[in-house]
Amino acid sequence: MKVTRRQFFKICTASLGGSSLALMGYAPTEALAEIRNFKLERTTETRNTCPYCSVGCGLLMYSMGDKAKNAKSTIIHIEGDPDHPVNRGTLCPKGAGLLDFVHSPSRLKYPEVREAGTSEWKRISWDDAFTRIAKLMKADRDSNFVAKTADGLTVNRWLSTGFLAASASSNESGYLTQKIVRNLGILAFDNQARV
Amino acid sequence: MALQSLDILRRSATTTPSPGVRQTTEVAKLIDVSKCIGCKACQSACMEWNDIRDEIGSNAGIYDNPRDLSADSWTVMRFSEVEVEKDKLEWLIRKDGCMHCADPGCLKACPAPGAIIQYSNGIVDFHEENCIGCGYCIAGCPFNVPRISKKDNKAYKCTLCSDRVGVGMEPACIKSCPTGALVFGTKEDMIQHAEERIVDLKERGFSNAGLYDPQGVGGTHVMYVLHHADQPELYHGLPKDPSISPMVTLWKGITKPLMSLGIGLGVLVGFFHYIKVGPNEVEEESESEQQ
Amino acid sequence: MASLAPTFGRGAMTNHWVDIKNANVIVVMGGNAAEAHPCGFKWVTEAKAHNKAKFIVVDPRFTRSASVADYYAPIRSGTDIAFLGGLINYLLAHDKIQHEYVKKYSDATFLVNGDYQFDDGLFSGYDKGKRSYDKTSWSYQKGADGFVLADETLQDPRCVFNLMKQHYSRYTPEMVSRITGTPEAQFLHVCEMIAATAVPDKTTTFLYALGWTQHSIGSQNIRTMAMVQILLGNMGMAGGGINALRGHSNIQGLTDLGLLSNMLPGYMTLAGEKEQDFATYLDKRALKPLRPGQMSYWQNYPKFHVSLMKSWYGDAATKENNWCFDWLPKLDKVYDVLQVFELMHQGKMNGYFAQGFNPLASFPNKAKIGGALAKLKYLVVIDPLATETSEFWKNFGEFNDVDSSKIQTEVFRLPSTCFAEEDGSLVSSSRVLQWHFKGADAPGEARGDAEIMSGLFLKLREMYKQEGGAFPDPILNLSWPYKIPDSPSSEELAKEFNGKALADIVDPKDPTKVLAKAGEQLAGFALLRDDGSTACGCWIFSGAWSQAGNLMARRDNADPSGLGNTLNWAFAWPANRRILYNRASCDPSGKPWDAKRTVISWNTKENKWAGMDIPDIRPDAVPDENVGPFIMNPEGVARLFAVDKMAEGPFPEHYEPFETPIGTNPLHPNVISNPAARVFKGDMEAFGKAKEFPYVGTTYRLTEHFHFWTKHTRISAILQPEQFVEIGEELAQAKGIKAGDKVKVTSNRGFIKAVAVVTKRIKTLNVNGQQVHTVGIPIHWGFKGLAKNGYIANTLTPYVGDANTQTPEFKSFLVNVEKA
Repeated sequence: MKVTRRQFFKICTASLGGSSLALMGYAPTEALAEIRNFKLERTTETRNTCPYCSVGCGLLMYSMGDKAKNAKSTIIHIEGDPDHPVNRGTLCPKGAGLLDFVHSPSRLKYPEVREAGTSEWKRISWDDAFTRIAKLMKADRDSNFVAKTADGLTVNRWLSTGFLAASASSNESGYLTQKIVRNLGILAFDNQARV
Repeated sequence: MALQSLDILRRSATTTPSPGVRQTTEVAKLIDVSKCIGCKACQSACMEWNDIRDEIGSNAGIYDNPRDLSADSWTVMRFSEVEVEKDKLEWLIRKDGCMHCADPGCLKACPAPGAIIQYSNGIVDFHEENCIGCGYCIAGCPFNVPRISKKDNKAYKCTLCSDRVGVGMEPACIKSCPTGALVFGTKEDMIQHAEERIVDLKERGFSNAGLYDPQGVGGTHVMYVLHHADQPELYHGLPKDPSISPMVTLWKGITKPLMSLGIGLGVLVGFFHYIKVGPNEVEEESESEQQ
Repeated sequence: MASLAPTFGRGAMTNHWVDIKNANVIVVMGGNAAEAHPCGFKWVTEAKAHNKAKFIVVDPRFTRSASVADYYAPIRSGTDIAFLGGLINYLLAHDKIQHEYVKKYSDATFLVNGDYQFDDGLFSGYDKGKRSYDKTSWSYQKGADGFVLADETLQDPRCVFNLMKQHYSRYTPEMVSRITGTPEAQFLHVCEMIAATAVPDKTTTFLYALGWTQHSIGSQNIRTMAMVQILLGNMGMAGGGINALRGHSNIQGLTDLGLLSNMLPGYMTLAGEKEQDFATYLDKRALKPLRPGQMSYWQNYPKFHVSLMKSWYGDAATKENNWCFDWLPKLDKVYDVLQVFELMHQGKMNGYFAQGFNPLASFPNKAKIGGALAKLKYLVVIDPLATETSEFWKNFGEFNDVDSSKIQTEVFRLPSTCFAEEDGSLVSSSRVLQWHFKGADAPGEARGDAEIMSGLFLKLREMYKQEGGAFPDPILNLSWPYKIPDSPSSEELAKEFNGKALADIVDPKDPTKVLAKAGEQLAGFALLRDDGSTACGCWIFSGAWSQAGNLMARRDNADPSGLGNTLNWAFAWPANRRILYNRASCDPSGKPWDAKRTVISWNTKENKWAGMDIPDIRPDAVPDENVGPFIMNPEGVARLFAVDKMAEGPFPEHYEPFETPIGTNPLHPNVISNPAARVFKGDMEAFGKAKEFPYVGTTYRLTEHFHFWTKHTRISAILQPEQFVEIGEELAQAKGIKAGDKVKVTSNRGFIKAVAVVTKRIKTLNVNGQQVHTVGIPIHWGFKGLAKNGYIANTLTPYVGDANTQTPEFKSFLVNVEKA
């Protein structure tokens, strides 16, 4: 047995009161027990795909509430989708802990800006963010866009701004990103395929 | 009262007999160590389902994290690098946690009525609302599994997800296991599954492959398939012939009736003496780990 | 993937996760599937348990994959070509190849240009000054009819087979062991196990990932294994193929959609600046068959391209304006990330976007990356999490020692949704597009990526409309048919990339037969036209959202064949095909090589190909026509000789990592490292030498974590809380390091400090007569998140990439280690 001496001392001091209960042969019938309440009973089940690696495991996400107007859904549990032909309900340690990713304290909630030379974030509105970024983009694009090379080749490229796309975003987001980025003339364009 | 409580086989420190008419099926978790990659998905799923989160610890020069079982970590992977044959390295990884003994030492040792329950399906469950935090379950456990929480001074361990099993689902760890090293079903089916695995392992050269279902505790509802069943100690000290300490048997078998006669004091003192000085072997290493 | 396409025609995992269960031998090399892809790895344990498969791991470390392997062999990081080249030599020397397959389905019989040669480490055509090759001689001999010449008898010394045999004859077991450090007996044992599957009814499958790609010879590592699979006759077979395991959940999708410097959706490519003429641009890509009767499917390129342009520009794209060909940017070179950060470091970039990407942590030589970001005018980070990149300007002590006041970059951080908060599809490594559904709202004001991109674009478009500016045409004319313009729905976008008919599409053989009415969603890319009558945003995804609805959301997991193809589960590109090149699973007459794993076969009654998968060949291609199974290649067959498709040679050759522990190349001391790899000025000087940095450093992932995300996740942080490095017992002893000690690992670019894990799992190897130790460096830590703060592992890594893909050499560099 591997109980440390320290634990035993602790046990002894903590236990006198307890042991005396039983000393008296005290066996109340109300000491019958129930198992823990099954927490998913009326939750809403939503099917999803794990955002981590490329196995593409099927997920079942369980959220509180039945999607009634006055109930605010929050995801309370995630487990594997047993119907999924690849993962068949299983999940790896990362996938099985996805709930804590959804609710990570590091999740960003508001647009922010860190201005030149400062050392903190300032919360801004989405419209402010879009306007300020679009102005910076336009200023850079208008001054550095190459329509033709010196030897007269039509190239229509914008090399001084680059874009890294997210390899965990959906095809739909990715497609739209490609459509937008290319049509601004950006060539410094990449995703995680290389790393 | 929940329906499931009618299927209780035994309760700690309770003299009222349990209902015994229903013929329910025994369940078991089978841990096939030869398929385990030590990914810790079971640890993750256990934390997530059971709403427990241990401290974010530190690295002690090993892969094991959390370092040990705790009130917030009901299962942990134990990593052992061994060379059974010379120059043939094996990385044996064992999922540790409650074995759900058929003859549970924790339950026998527990003085708090209804704090430890054994269901007729074999699950041994702690009911913390009845727990008094005495820690006798730790002394009673041949596998060193229960832990007392610093937060509420109550004992915790794996419930075999009795809340899931109770509604017909498999435990969270079982469901998550990516490689199928963990399987769950009736104890009979699990023994059969193990036999198939053992045939495969023997074909692959593990002539001592076998099932770990120790009879010293009446068999367990968590069993292992081991490549080296002849040497369970290789797997981070899995005991070869676990049994309930004789002092616990004494406490249950003699002490309580004596108590009612009011002459049990000496025995009780003896029991505390046992707790303090032995026969447990205190490992210096594990003591320093606690600090 | 820049090695699979040059060999087989498509750059993707050929089989799929479940299919691994059908293999007889599984090799994990250049990856650690148990650790990085545990749920896919279950099909390895399934193959072992139910198909009596043998499982082999070859890796510098005894990994979690190795813990359940039947056989493990150690190898020095960066020497896989030597190992696999030795395997090719073994297969040829012991006649362990599938002859008919090799003869009919590869270019083994093709005759090679008389000028091609290989001598002392260099192929013909090398230009030392440019560090690149003139590849003219890397070509086939052609006859008067324009077709490639072949020698069916394999006697001609210039046929690919004989050149290959000659090339790898140098890779003797002794030489392999000398380079790789793998003991000769262990190397030979692995060869024997793999060679056993050269028979038609046995297959080997390979599972690899970044362990092969992240080298300066990464693409050629994979090419070598691809050649092995051709020789063994394993391509197209259930339980065979090449399982390229992608990293991120949608890296396959984003690559398919062409979100790379030089790509367009569906593996189409942007024009180079010299390609000013549209017809020439198309012609170069619409490859004509190199052998009689071959499909050479890229002949359809104009259909794919015109349909894309219609999708992007609508009515503005006309035949007269070449479908707006001029609007697309033209390349002067490829702007991969190493190139871009080099330019940024030189102060030549002003703006940068990091959408769900953490370049400060992910790219090599953190000091250079951080320095480059500090030269930007603006940086926009779009992410669900607070990443290191978004705070590169903030001081985190030793982990990020910068002075905020000196950094003038304006940084925007825009919160995006995560998977649980959006609808859409992802492409798994198996090429399966799977639809997912939103389960809850995002926290705070976070928005989806599509909504963020639309918000930005529409703002910019408005400014161009109001103020004018540089070349506004593509911005003003970009087709934007979305019902809520600043928030296009996933359904609308998915339908757009699937494609639709703009006019009635008729059967070319029977013009009275309408295949798709105007306005209808297309059933597949076979319906695409090059006359502007179809629009399609990504031809290979066509069929995913047809008139039948959203096929990506299908959930029928029935598997009638038992092979695991589940054809009614979601949708796989191309054309819902689950095993690529499956025509090669049959012999030339159309009979399966192994009846027990029939994927498809030629049905003589109905005169068509059919079976348990979508045939990867024209369905009515009678076997006698000899239509080759590699339909994307103009040859119709797989390439053992990669002609001009690879930067450093048509046959893979072993080159040392740029930071080599042995300082020489035992095969050719005059050419040590990849002669065609690009190295920027300054970076060559930043390479370390073995004298100062004697140990091989290698970075990798742990199963408990996903890149730099899960340190923000409590459960994952609990499972692996603190940064560590792994060293073998011998090195630890020599350095007086005990498990749990803090150590300092230094490269020529910086240092990290971490806890030492001392292990038997990393062995000291005997390489070229010297002892080589390896230091293993997991990457997951940084200075943001819940796990204990740590150093960015890429502080140590060298700024050099593979010559084809520019994937950085993260897997093999030099370090020193000492007690901190």
